[in-house]
Amino acid sequence: MERAAFERLRWRCTRRGMLEVDMVLGRFLKEAFGKLPESGQQAFIALADYDDMALWRLISAQDECEDARLAPIVAMLRGCK
Amino acid sequence: MNIPILKFDAVIVGAGGSGLRSAIQLSEAGLKTAVLSKVFPTRSHTVAAQGGVAASLGNSEEDHWRWHMYDTVKGSDWLGDQDAIEFMCKKAVEVVVDLEHYGMPFDRTDNGKIYQRPFGGHMSNFGEKPVRRACAAADRTGHAMLHAMYQRNVKANTRFFVEWMALDLIRDSEGHVVGVSAMEMESGQIVIFHARAVIFATGGSGRIFAFSTNAFINTGDGLGMVARAGIPLEDLEFWQFHPTGVAGAGVLITEGVRGEGGILRNSDNERFMERYAPNAKDLASRDVVSRAMTTEMKEGRGCGPNKDHVLLDITHLKPADIMKRLPGIREISIQFAGVDPIKEPIPVVPTCHYQMGGIPTSYDGRVVAPDAAGKNVAVPGFYAAGECACASVHGANRLGTNSLLDLLVFGKSAGDSAVEDLKAGHTHRDLPADAADRARARVAAIDGRQGGVSVAEARAAIARTMQDHAGVFRFADLLKKGVAQILEVEKMVNNLEIRDKSLVWNTARVEALETQNMIEVAKATMISAEARKESRGAHVRDDAPSTPEFPNGRNDKEWLKHTLWFSEGNRIEYKPVHLKPLTVETVALKTRTY
Repeated sequence: MERAAFERLRWRCTRRGMLEVDMVLGRFLKEAFGKLPESGQQAFIALADYDDMALWRLISAQDECEDARLAPIVAMLRGCK
Repeated sequence: MNIPILKFDAVIVGAGGSGLRSAIQLSEAGLKTAVLSKVFPTRSHTVAAQGGVAASLGNSEEDHWRWHMYDTVKGSDWLGDQDAIEFMCKKAVEVVVDLEHYGMPFDRTDNGKIYQRPFGGHMSNFGEKPVRRACAAADRTGHAMLHAMYQRNVKANTRFFVEWMALDLIRDSEGHVVGVSAMEMESGQIVIFHARAVIFATGGSGRIFAFSTNAFINTGDGLGMVARAGIPLEDLEFWQFHPTGVAGAGVLITEGVRGEGGILRNSDNERFMERYAPNAKDLASRDVVSRAMTTEMKEGRGCGPNKDHVLLDITHLKPADIMKRLPGIREISIQFAGVDPIKEPIPVVPTCHYQMGGIPTSYDGRVVAPDAAGKNVAVPGFYAAGECACASVHGANRLGTNSLLDLLVFGKSAGDSAVEDLKAGHTHRDLPADAADRARARVAAIDGRQGGVSVAEARAAIARTMQDHAGVFRFADLLKKGVAQILEVEKMVNNLEIRDKSLVWNTARVEALETQNMIEVAKATMISAEARKESRGAHVRDDAPSTPEFPNGRNDKEWLKHTLWFSEGNRIEYKPVHLKPLTVETVALKTRTY
């Protein structure tokens, strides 16, 4: 991923409204994102576009992810403690 | 070098609750309004407010704005301005009804009225017993509020500048505020927003502490800009530590948990709040609960191998009620504390949560500062609301659910005041020739420096210094050392270096600029706290203990006054508390007990 695009993603992952989401997305970006294939990275980027509350509900298993493309990333985020 | 200039009637910095609320007033009055935000509006920190908004609707039981006013004055430990508090408590019903009209999905009672729950410090009949005053949308009150107000702004044609960072306030030679300089993150370009009115709604600054419930976005940008522009910061020694941050993570467990029956227990399994606040118990004011928890830990009754936390117990509640009334809490507890609260209590510690002080304003949202003769007067063209502002309704300690109320009431009144001033003929004044010089010089210095200090290092030094020297309990010698140390940390901040010099999407540069704002708030906090030699509300000093002459360590003879800290020379002045409300009798001074 080119530098500017990654920096924009980093900003959008670590400047959220909720500390919980800052922490989980920040950890994931640092530890897991770089190891994902292109399709996984795109799925993560799509998830990062969700509202904080919607994303937090997925991460915290209050909601189930119904999008088969995003579900594996949601599962990884749930384990990112 | 020519700098682009964008001209608006009003520019609002910050798109959280107060910024969006102000923008509605301006845009719906037909004024050309710009809102600048570091993030998309619905990702502002207001989204994290779970508990609710206080308003004496009286839907669940008898209530009255005067009881709410009494609770707020008492909660503030009498440092709150009683004119502003009356204004807020009276207006509460109106701003909640406004939200209804914007489509806010409040929880309902069986007969269709807005459901109200109890919350710490809110009592009926002038402190008699807890009252149900908090209006909520499940545990998503802030989220629902942001969405309702953002949609209303879209309808009203408010213009949003998303992922822009305001850099500095622009004042002319007579002190009028005429705009702000700002940077578009995507291009790195600096632009001047020339306006007839500027409203700051930049939120809090809780990231200056190491243990904080605040999102990473809360870096005190508005306060930094104000301090550099020669306007003082008020009462920054007063920071609320939320009693129930998840131990080790900072993530907040809302007070609503105790509202629904949660109990704090020490290592002896004792409900210790019964000893500290026999009436309100676990629902006592936040500073009272935080202090009680700290005392329990200090006296060896903390839990865990290091005795460094206490337990929040909801295992006696029905699982169905926990899931229904407190749906996010179980998951937070599992994710960040590793315990299921249905089966085990949650480990919690007092964690920095809310900034009571800020940019000094009157209750109409106008920023006020001393003039050449020392009289506090409005700064023309400048308004502020929400957590960045200090009206002052929270005084030395804020009641839960009064923060969402604050941003609604004062967001609306700042917007109304700006509309009033603009309609009265407040025109675009000329920009000074050096309008963007300060912002450009700051950016150029950061970009050009070699061999300086990294942003991460400087931020860690700020957070560590503040946590170690100005935490929930304060000690004279530590505060004194803290002042010396934070001034050393300032030298680090003045020597920031970034390795990435790119123009486009340079987040390192943005973080460096944020850090320059954080240090202003940190200095204001440390210096103001060292100077105030009493205990009051959230500011509790070991050398100002409770005595018969000064119960709770509060010294009204010398310290019933607001602090004003000026960045230049780290100078401190004081101004009187407004003890006279607008229409009712003063809530007389008395010892604060729960």
